[in-house]
Amino acid sequence: MPILDVQDLRTEIAVSNGAVHAVDGVSFSVDRGELLGVVGESGCGKTMTALSIMRLLPSGGRIAGGRVLLGGEDLAAMSDKEIRKVRGKRIGMVFQDPMTSLNPTIQIGRQVAEPLKLHTDYSAQQINDRVIEVLELVGLPQPAKRINAYPHELSGGMRQRVMIARALVCDPELLIADEPTTALDVTIQQQILELIDDLRSRLGMAVILVTHDLGVIAGRADRVAVMYAGRIVEVTDTNRLFGNPRHPYTEALFEALPENAAETGDNLYSIPGLPPDLVTPPTGCRFAARCRYATDQCRSEDPPLRGDIAGHDYACFFPVGDQEMQVATQTHQIRRHDTGDPRARVEIDETKPLLQVEHLVKTFPVTAGVVLRRRVGSVSAIADVSFTVAAGETFGLVGESGCGKTTIGRHIVGMETADSGTIRIDGTEFTALRGKEKRQRQRDTQLIFQDAYASLDPRMRVGSILAEPLTIHGVGDRASRAKRVNELLGEVGLPRSAADRYPHEFSGGQRQRIGLARALALQPKLIVADEPVSALDVSIQAQILNLMSDLRARHGLTYVFISHDLSVVRYLANTIGVMYLGKLVEVGPAEAVYNRPHHPYTRGLIDTIPVADPWASKARGDDGVRGELPSAVNPPSGCRFRTRCPFAQEICAREEPQLRSFEGGHRAACHFPLEVGTAAGSRISASA
Amino acid sequence: MSTPPQPEQLPIPDLAAGAEASKPLEQQDQPARPMWRMVLQIFLQNKLAVVGLIIVVFFVLFCFIGPMLYHSNQVLSNLRSADLPPGSPSHLLGTDDVGYDELGRLMIGGQSALEIGLAAAAIATVFGSLWGAVAGYLGGWVDAVMMRIVDTFLAIPSLFLVLLLASIITPTEGLLILVIAFSAWLGPARLVRGETLSLRTRDYVQAVKMMGGGNRRSILRHILPNAIGTIVVNATFQIADAILTLAALTFLGFGIAPPHADWGGMLSNGTQFTSNGYWWMIIWPGLCIVLIVVAFNFLGDALRDAFEVRLRKR
Repeated sequence: MPILDVQDLRTEIAVSNGAVHAVDGVSFSVDRGELLGVVGESGCGKTMTALSIMRLLPSGGRIAGGRVLLGGEDLAAMSDKEIRKVRGKRIGMVFQDPMTSLNPTIQIGRQVAEPLKLHTDYSAQQINDRVIEVLELVGLPQPAKRINAYPHELSGGMRQRVMIARALVCDPELLIADEPTTALDVTIQQQILELIDDLRSRLGMAVILVTHDLGVIAGRADRVAVMYAGRIVEVTDTNRLFGNPRHPYTEALFEALPENAAETGDNLYSIPGLPPDLVTPPTGCRFAARCRYATDQCRSEDPPLRGDIAGHDYACFFPVGDQEMQVATQTHQIRRHDTGDPRARVEIDETKPLLQVEHLVKTFPVTAGVVLRRRVGSVSAIADVSFTVAAGETFGLVGESGCGKTTIGRHIVGMETADSGTIRIDGTEFTALRGKEKRQRQRDTQLIFQDAYASLDPRMRVGSILAEPLTIHGVGDRASRAKRVNELLGEVGLPRSAADRYPHEFSGGQRQRIGLARALALQPKLIVADEPVSALDVSIQAQILNLMSDLRARHGLTYVFISHDLSVVRYLANTIGVMYLGKLVEVGPAEAVYNRPHHPYTRGLIDTIPVADPWASKARGDDGVRGELPSAVNPPSGCRFRTRCPFAQEICAREEPQLRSFEGGHRAACHFPLEVGTAAGSRISASA
Repeated sequence: MSTPPQPEQLPIPDLAAGAEASKPLEQQDQPARPMWRMVLQIFLQNKLAVVGLIIVVFFVLFCFIGPMLYHSNQVLSNLRSADLPPGSPSHLLGTDDVGYDELGRLMIGGQSALEIGLAAAAIATVFGSLWGAVAGYLGGWVDAVMMRIVDTFLAIPSLFLVLLLASIITPTEGLLILVIAFSAWLGPARLVRGETLSLRTRDYVQAVKMMGGGNRRSILRHILPNAIGTIVVNATFQIADAILTLAALTFLGFGIAPPHADWGGMLSNGTQFTSNGYWWMIIWPGLCIVLIVVAFNFLGDALRDAFEVRLRKR
């Protein structure tokens, strides 16, 4: 008998104009020791499904139908008192943000102990022992000492370990992890996923892993349920889903992944449109409006969730993929839609550098005290970074959060002033300019923000937002600006009527389009894009990446593309620079850096990225960067990476490695660079 | 800009994109609604707010239109009709100790309360908001100096400050507005400065910097409009406070000199006759002051809710 059996679960959330049918007839089951992955884009109901199981719905939410059987008992029918005995004892839950899920005023030991106090009659000593045992289990170093630490004394990864410990402390039968690694860096994400995977096999509990990232579940989940618009559209075991997806939505999700097109540089497939409004769900198949195979039958009839072979169900009248295939053995061939390499369409003039960054240094003071600001230390955000970007080139800057990549971007567009070093744009030294002259030069460089919504003034109409850069620089009159706004909206694929609307009336992808349009308004030569797609769903991400590469070709733009996601950078960039703790550790042509990295950090980073390919994920084992990013207040001496480097020797602490040249403009700063071919067999390329 | 490649090679960006872009816009059939209208809608759902609004509108009509319809002698005293109780012929609410008609006098007295209250609140709000926004946006030593000035004035009890000023100068209506505003601008300055500290780090304010825009644009076009909720709510409370301050001033005898009429002055005058049982000389002006102050407070509360709901629903 499965541990959890959800039958036809329906959850509604009351809103002012009706009820959102957030979960609409979802059925699935999880066995002991099984890890079920639930994937889907934001708003598809995956988090609501998880919350419905726990009966932790937001206000206005209620379970409108169905049963949630935990070991045969129906959680949906329980009284509030009964369900409280289940929460935290029989089901543990891990939330997305470990920062807000822990109370900052209580020591972590007491927070982990809380479920024990509620659900057991352990003595204080027993509780203490159990807390230490569980903290040890989740890999918190020196748990006996750390139990008196407050949440702010721990790093993000450690806090998430504490959250997992709290979920596990009562030995639950089921663990629900809702996007447990989304707020974490990629190297920490890997460690947390490994931990969850490891705990499940050691404790034999069932796990539901909710995520938007196909890469996260590829290497971990036994079975995967794909959700769309409040329903499960496809459910099967992981290998079969990745090898032979049958629902067009699943197929489209895979095709939208940038790693699938990174080698060819094709335009990505993007799912048109947006998920339907769940207040009044459409009749028929809910995906029909966005599906390229949809017929009239799809629009009028609701396809049932069933399959041709046991253990593989999908809700589609016209399934894609291979009907006969029982067990897939490798990644299915991705269909190609457009041809032509967007990178090749751009002319790169290597002899004409557009952007030259030389010996850039920026240190932020750390102060203490309110009245007299004493300087107690300094954060070395950028430490002597130099690189050159040719006109028409796309330079990708990657690294973990806190490595200084955003700070470099802000320097390039003139939002920060460097301590020393120069930034030249088109030969003019930017850093020396002040006042009006500087503002004039800022026309040449524009920034696209990570959070498009936050970068648009909520009280201005889109028309005024797009006209603002023109107004600032006194370009044209009112009529010509209005004309330019219309042009810009056309460029980024928004209707003219958008000019009269406010930013909150748009979806995430549309807002990023507005951000792009604003950046284009002054016809800049260089656009710095700071994580422009990291807040977007994969299908919308594909739309924005395609748009960016189209605009690059149309206007001969040069991009500096900042991202923590190496697969996105690899797709778009000609050159990749890898940063670690304020240092540029490796730089070179994109394919060379990705396929033949010389710096151990780059290698580790590549090995850590979750790949949406279960075979590759399982094959590569436990490589990757271990440990956590050291503090930039007192960076390690010599090579800054040495504290996490598997090859570190004495010399690494003594001497700082300089960038050394390898073949074809590929440079890396390491005393013991990886030889070409080293460890290449241990890793399988992202796209098979 | 380098030569663009042949346009026909470019994929049309918008089969997919256009669909995503235009669809939800078309789904919303109503035209773009300005924010103030959403605020108004939520505001009108609040019953107390509507009551407050009705009271304020009533007093505006009562004080400014009323004297045109209801004529009474407020210039010459008439001792023959002094101290008449309410309900007396041609004196509905009675008369005071020198024979002025109470109803007519309330109308005239309310004019100065509303005028001074609104004007003082407006000056205090505009000046205070600018002061706070500039201090908060520029930060550093400018902020330190500007806010220490605010702190200094806040350290002096405001009524004391106002009384001091009012006793030095001979009050006229214009001067009283300035005097009350002088003590009232400190509140909005501190509030808006606090708001600015968080607003200035927002990406859309940073974006102005990136586009090459100056401080003035950031403050006037982005920071102040986004602090408007705080400012408007505070302004309504400021009006109520200013009316109270004015009443207190005239009650203590530092208001505008007679024959000018004023609720505070009427109240003060009426207290001399409590032992004579002339209750109407106290009740009517007192009631007016309480009603108008409560009404503005209702408005302020409702506006605060309205702005907050807008933020929540966004």
